[in-house]
Amino acid sequence: MLRLHGLVKRYRTGDLALKNIDLEVPQGQVMALIGPSGAGKSTLIRCINRLVEPTDGKVYLKDLELTALSKRALRHARRRMGMIFQEYALVERLSVMENVLSGRLGYTGFWRSFFRRYPQADIDEAFRLLERVGLVDMVDKRADELSGGQRQRVGIARALIQNPEVLLVDEPTASLDPKTSRQIMRLICELCEERNLAAIINIHDVLLAEMFARRIVGLQLGEIVYDGPPGGLTPDALTQIYGEEDWEATIEKVDEEDLTDEERAERVRLMGGH
Amino acid sequence: MAVRDVNGLKQWQRRERGKQFAIWAAWLAGVAVFTYCWQLISEKTIWMFVLDSPRQAADLAERMVPPKWSYMSSLWVPLWDTLNIATLGTLMAIIIAVPVAFCAARNTTPSVYFVRPVALFVIVASRSINSLIWALMLVTIIGPGVFAGVIAIGLRSIGFCAKLLYEAIEEIDPNQVEAVTATGASGAQVLSYGIVPQVLPAFAGITVFRWDINIRESTVLGLVGAGGIGLQLDASISTLAWTQVSLILLAILATVVVSEWVSARVRHAII
Repeated sequence: MLRLHGLVKRYRTGDLALKNIDLEVPQGQVMALIGPSGAGKSTLIRCINRLVEPTDGKVYLKDLELTALSKRALRHARRRMGMIFQEYALVERLSVMENVLSGRLGYTGFWRSFFRRYPQADIDEAFRLLERVGLVDMVDKRADELSGGQRQRVGIARALIQNPEVLLVDEPTASLDPKTSRQIMRLICELCEERNLAAIINIHDVLLAEMFARRIVGLQLGEIVYDGPPGGLTPDALTQIYGEEDWEATIEKVDEEDLTDEERAERVRLMGGH
Repeated sequence: MAVRDVNGLKQWQRRERGKQFAIWAAWLAGVAVFTYCWQLISEKTIWMFVLDSPRQAADLAERMVPPKWSYMSSLWVPLWDTLNIATLGTLMAIIIAVPVAFCAARNTTPSVYFVRPVALFVIVASRSINSLIWALMLVTIIGPGVFAGVIAIGLRSIGFCAKLLYEAIEEIDPNQVEAVTATGASGAQVLSYGIVPQVLPAFAGITVFRWDINIRESTVLGLVGAGGIGLQLDASISTLAWTQVSLILLAILATVVVSEWVSARVRHAII
């Protein structure tokens, strides 16, 4: 579904953020990308939809070479990739509905979008999605009136109304409390399963990554140093990704700590898949 | 920082000794210059007149009261003109300032090296000339009257509005713009969904603020023949009709108070 070949990004400051990344994400796979701050996680997913221009290498979405597209063709290709952001990145002064519908901008002409005259089919879909993420009562609220978890749900609806084939998710839980974080991660994973979407989820919380993703890729200083199932994240592997630290506690915690029954079952199911 | 080692104890002071001395010297120089200037001004002042001033002021005030209320009937039209000059001038300024601001803001300009300097020059040129001077020139070019006043106010306000607006544009949250871009939106859509909603409150605030300033500025434009209530003020002062002058000043005061109130309400409603 998504293939990265020899992806390199060097910033104008000379920092080499990505060194020759090769990665393939098949359809329907939820992949967590973990790594310390500055490892290049954000740069990597932004190089896919070219919010950041890669310096070298190729990115394919199915058979389409994203890195070779003209500006216009890139806009069309971006419609196929939904993106969810760390600080939600909703347009704060627009309503929830406007924010969700903004996911259709790539399909809508300028004046139609300017006068908010979206096709009824888009509006139906927006209501369906808002219902699915549990925000149907918030349609007319302004985005800045919502709580963090609610905002991220709007962000998810905005990404899904694009009818994407891939989800690019950048630290979706970084500004949320632990409970909301799990709810949001669960929602993203469920939706990916429902729609058979491939997803790359940047996340710095190892526990959450292990809990929800079938495949984990560890990035360190722009290089992939781990690629495998959550079960393979041994203390050695974590040391390789993050550096020396006592990792036993982190691994214990996932096994023992306060998982709800549902989450434990989910985890067992996910682990069982491998 | 200013940490010294004295007999094994670390002593901390706010500043290094040299820096402390420099600050002290700067204060000394400031006081010296102030004293010198005071002396210079004092020498060139005719103190007899200054000492006399309370009596003169009282005398003028006495001649100003009571305001000649009947004169109000001939002030309504110039007052209306003044309001129109301010409003139309602000409107004209806004129409020109918006594109200039988008060209001047680093994050929206089509070209940092070519378009941006031109836009910045427009802003500086407009701001550096007072509206009274614009009016003086325009009266010679297009003749006296309200129209010259409107253009003068407009030209002066372009720079003000564009500068504040482009600063607001540069301070927007880039994440929201990025998110809209990521949906596959076109450039114009990114502008209307990602940028405009973010700068709209600033835009409204700037417009109303400038309108408020322009009402005050347009009251004096009549002094150079560019229409409005200043014309009456000029005429009344030259004929020493002080009771009319006091009425005009009261009328201006009332207008400004009302405009302040309106602009405060509008700003409150939008932000």
